[in-house]
Parts: sequence; C-alpha cells; structure tokens
Amino acid sequence: MTILQKIGKYVVVFLKYLSLVFFSFVAILPIVSCVITAFKTDVEYQQTNVMVLPESWLNFENFITAFQKANMGKAFINSAIILVCVLVASVLIGTQLAYILDRFKFPGNNLIRNLFLFASLLPGVAMQVAVYEIMYNLHFINSLWGYIVMMCGTDVISIYIYIQFFENIDYSLDESGIMDGASYFTIFYKILLPLLKPAIVTSCILKGVGTYNEYYSANLYLQDKKTLPTVATSLYTFVGPLGSKYNLICAGVIISLLPALIVFITCQKQIYSGLTAGAVKG
Amino acid sequence: MAAMTQAVRPQKRTFGQWARSRDGQKVFVMVAFMVIPLLLLFTFTYLPFAEMFGFSFYNMKYIGPRKFVGLKNYLKVFQRDDCFGALKLSLYYMAGSVIQLALSLYLATVLSFKVKGGNIFKGFMFFPYLINGIAIGFIFKFFYTRGFVFDTVLQWCGFDLENLPYWLKDQSINNISLVGTSVWRYFGQNMVLFIGAIMSVDSELYEAAMLDGANRFQQFRYIILPSIKTIITLNVILSITGSLSAFEPPYVITSGANGTGTYFVVMHEIAHTQQKVGLASAMAIVLLVIIFIATILQKLFFKYVFKSAEDEDLNATAKRDKKLAKLAARKAGR
Repeated sequence: MTILQKIGKYVVVFLKYLSLVFFSFVAILPIVSCVITAFKTDVEYQQTNVMVLPESWLNFENFITAFQKANMGKAFINSAIILVCVLVASVLIGTQLAYILDRFKFPGNNLIRNLFLFASLLPGVAMQVAVYEIMYNLHFINSLWGYIVMMCGTDVISIYIYIQFFENIDYSLDESGIMDGASYFTIFYKILLPLLKPAIVTSCILKGVGTYNEYYSANLYLQDKKTLPTVATSLYTFVGPLGSKYNLICAGVIISLLPALIVFITCQKQIYSGLTAGAVKG
Repeated sequence: MAAMTQAVRPQKRTFGQWARSRDGQKVFVMVAFMVIPLLLLFTFTYLPFAEMFGFSFYNMKYIGPRKFVGLKNYLKVFQRDDCFGALKLSLYYMAGSVIQLALSLYLATVLSFKVKGGNIFKGFMFFPYLINGIAIGFIFKFFYTRGFVFDTVLQWCGFDLENLPYWLKDQSINNISLVGTSVWRYFGQNMVLFIGAIMSVDSELYEAAMLDGANRFQQFRYIILPSIKTIITLNVILSITGSLSAFEPPYVITSGANGTGTYFVVMHEIAHTQQKVGLASAMAIVLLVIIFIATILQKLFFKYVFKSAEDEDLNATAKRDKKLAKLAARKAGR
C-alpha cells in the first residue's frame, strides 16, 4: 500500500465518523437544548442565551410546576389505562384473527386480508372527517372507553406479523391437539398463544409507542382536557398564555418523553426488529 | 371445505349434533374470532369511507339539516385557492423525502459495517421517531424562535443574526423549515429499516466481494443496492403518498399560518373549525383518488424502469406457487 492510499483510507474513515457525529448531533440538538432550558429558573431563562448551561442541574422546579399545571398525573393515569386496554384487546383480536386467517381455508379468506391491507392505505387524517360523525352517533366523544374501542381497530401491521409467525408454527401441533380431542379454543389459548410471545412483544411495542404518542385523534375525541387528558394532549395546556415560558414547556416536553425513552433504552432490539418485520411485510 | 364434508354426511343430523361436531366447532370458532375485528374494521374504516363519499355531495354540518348539492363541493375543491393550491406544498415535502431517503441510505450503509459506537449513533438518530407530535411541535417552535437554538448554533458557525431569516414566519423559507422537522423525525426510522434490509443480505457475498478486491462503493453499488431495491421502492412510494398527505409538521408547529397550510391542514380546518363537512369530505375523496393514481403509476413506473424488478416478480410468483403447493399438500394431509 502506498502512502497516498493510506492517507486516502484515513480520510475516508475520518469523513465517515465525521458524518455520523454530525447527524447524531443534528438529531439530538433540539432535545438537548430542551433539557438545558428545562433546568433554568425564570430569571436565568430571560437573561441567558438558550445554549448557555443552567446554573444548577438540580433545579427541578419547572418539572414540578409543569407536572401540576398540565395535570400530568391524571394524564399519565389516563394514558396508562388506554395503553393497557388497547394492548390487551388488540393482542387478543389480532392473534385470533391471524389464527383463523392462517389455519382455516374458507371462501373470503383472501378478501378479508385485502380489506385490512386496503384499510391501511387510507390516510388517517382524511378518514377522521367521517369517523368523527360515527363517534358522535355512538356517543363516543369525550368517552375514554369509546376512544379505546376506536384505537383497537384496524392494525394491519400486527396482523401481518402474527400471520407470518403462525406460518412458521408447525401444523402438527394443532393436529396433535385435535387428536387429543381439544377444542379449537383450547388449541389456540393453550398451545399456540404461548408460542406467539415474541411476535406479541414486537407488535405491543410498536402499537404501544403509537398509542402513547397519538395526538391527533386524542385531541379530536377526548376534547375535555380537564378530565380526559392523555400525556400527549396534556401538553396542549402550554398553548396560549403560557406559550412563551419555554423553561416550563421544555420541562413538560421532557416529562412526556421519559416513558418513551425508558422503553427505548430497555427494548431497543425489539423496536428495531419489529419495525423491520412490519415494513418488509406491509 | 366445511360445506363439502357436510354434504357427504347423512342429512339427518340435528343442529345440536352438528354444533358439537368438528365442522360445527370450526364455524363457531371462526365466527367467534372474526366478528370483533371485522366489526371494528367495518365501523371505523369502511362505514366512514362510505359515509364520507355520501357527505361529499351535501352541504352540511355534523349536526343539523343537510342539503344535496351534487358535484358543487368537488368543483369548489378545484376552484378555491386554499384547497387544491395547497397541494403545491407537497413538492417541498417530496424534495424533503428524497433527501431523507438518500441520507438514511447512506447512514444505513455506513452503520451496517463495523463502526465504533455504531449502536449509540443509531440510537441517537432513531430516537426522534419516538417523540409524540405535539412535543415535536413545541420543540421546534422553541428551536426556530428568533435568537434561540438554531440561530445560536448558526452564530457559532459565523453567521450574523441580522442576516438570518425568521424561520417560521418568512414565507420564502418556512416550508423548508417545516420539512426539515419531518426529515429530522423520520430519517432515523428509515435508516433502521434499511439497516434491517442490508443485514438480511447474505454476508458471504461481502466476503466474496472483498476477496475480489471490490471497494466499499462497489459493494454498495453491486451488492447492497440490488438486494434492497424492493424496500427502497416501497419507501419511495410511501414517501410520495406521505408528501401528498403531509399534515403533522404544519399542524403542530405553525397551525398552518403564513402559507404553511398543506392540503390536509386546510381540510382539517374546514371540517372541524368551519364545520363544512361536505366540502372537507370532497377534499378527502379527491386526495384519495390522487393518491391511488399516484401509487399505481409509480408501481408501473418501477416495473418498467427496473427490468430486473420483473425478474424479482417472477421469483415472487414462483415462491407463491411453491407456497400454494405446500398449502395444498398440507390440506391433503389433513
């Protein structure tokens, strides 16, 4: 290897790391600036530049005020209820449907698959114009349970993840169950459902992140922000008179990010693989 | 199949007997497991879809009397400046998604090979995807405010505050600022998808290429690119569809003010603030039609541009045939 080639190689490696560092910096800069501001007192916020570090990293006052002002305690409880109900229901609904679609041959099987696929192509915001009418007629507006029912609906990606998984479970397992005289319900709940666990974890993480972060429909259907805030909509408190107190707003934003951050750090691998599985199939 | 076996059996079976038999159970479990998902699908997707189509011919609010106006709403969609004209903004979002795809493809390629601290870089770049929409709204209102984060960083780089525009107010640049937030939010997610696809390429191919003395760029051009073509195509299609229906950045950051209202932001405003449900429905239907046409055109385009894509299609058919044969074998074995 000549010296020139060697230098060239180092330059390439340097540029590679430079680009990685640069784009990582771009990705976290907006978040880091929020964290910095969230720790500043009112006086500090007004007198120092936004990128100057706060005097004390232990100034949690903004977090406490934001938590109380935005009623985030209630919001976390609501979000938790929504999350648990939606996840349990959609796992049951999704796995059951995938079981039927994969294990039973009947006319209309393909039609049902295509109906779900087509549904996923319709842009959500456009559909809400008419879904609002349906929700209104069902008296589901400003009802936590109504919102939960709506969120359990179509979710083609998890159904595809489950079907893909069922395809890899040997049919002889079902058969041995049938031989033993087990009903289809027993076969599904006792034999197959436990085997689906990895797929369930994957789809729960994807659906969970989506549900927790859902802002548009929560805003539309849970209009009573006093009694029915979710974590996403509770931040809406800061629109209006509080709109320029960014030290408070940033604290609220950071609080709302924390659950996502914790899930991300603990389940990084599942999130990545879930995304890939969903995208390749869908 | 259930119907066939039933026909062979003697006719005399009572309903009770049938219900206890395997066939009866099969029908029972099918109904029990499918009724809820299908009901939800019908109630929250196809019923609203049909209703929306109906609404688009009426002059109406959510509550109150409705008046049939025929195709007037559709005419309005094309005549009003704020409706159809808003689609022009999608061009910004399309340009943004091209940059986003190229960037994430580059980063994915770099991160697929051994890189020190690769997981940390990946984590940093992916995390924005997990932030909720309204938080992003606040973060970027803050980020772009005059003299705040973005301006400060640019000043570090030697720019003068005097010469910098108001990122969210200046109409010549505010749409680009908004597209920037969308790229910021999704490039990491795209990157993870591409990494997943690149990882599924047989690693022996790289080794063979290394032995043949292929450099990184050649490896990218001749091994990686062809094997992840399907997922890139899929993402191009998705990003064009997504650009047409761009919504969240202007909705949460500028509320569509100062000429940033995309088609869907205008539609949302018309439906839920002005309560002109008929017009909004017509807008939704028009865009759906455009999206479907765009999707079909793109599919055809990719089919003809990449000749090898057709080979892939052949492969897919072969695979499907194989799968069908397997299914048939399984069925016969039952």
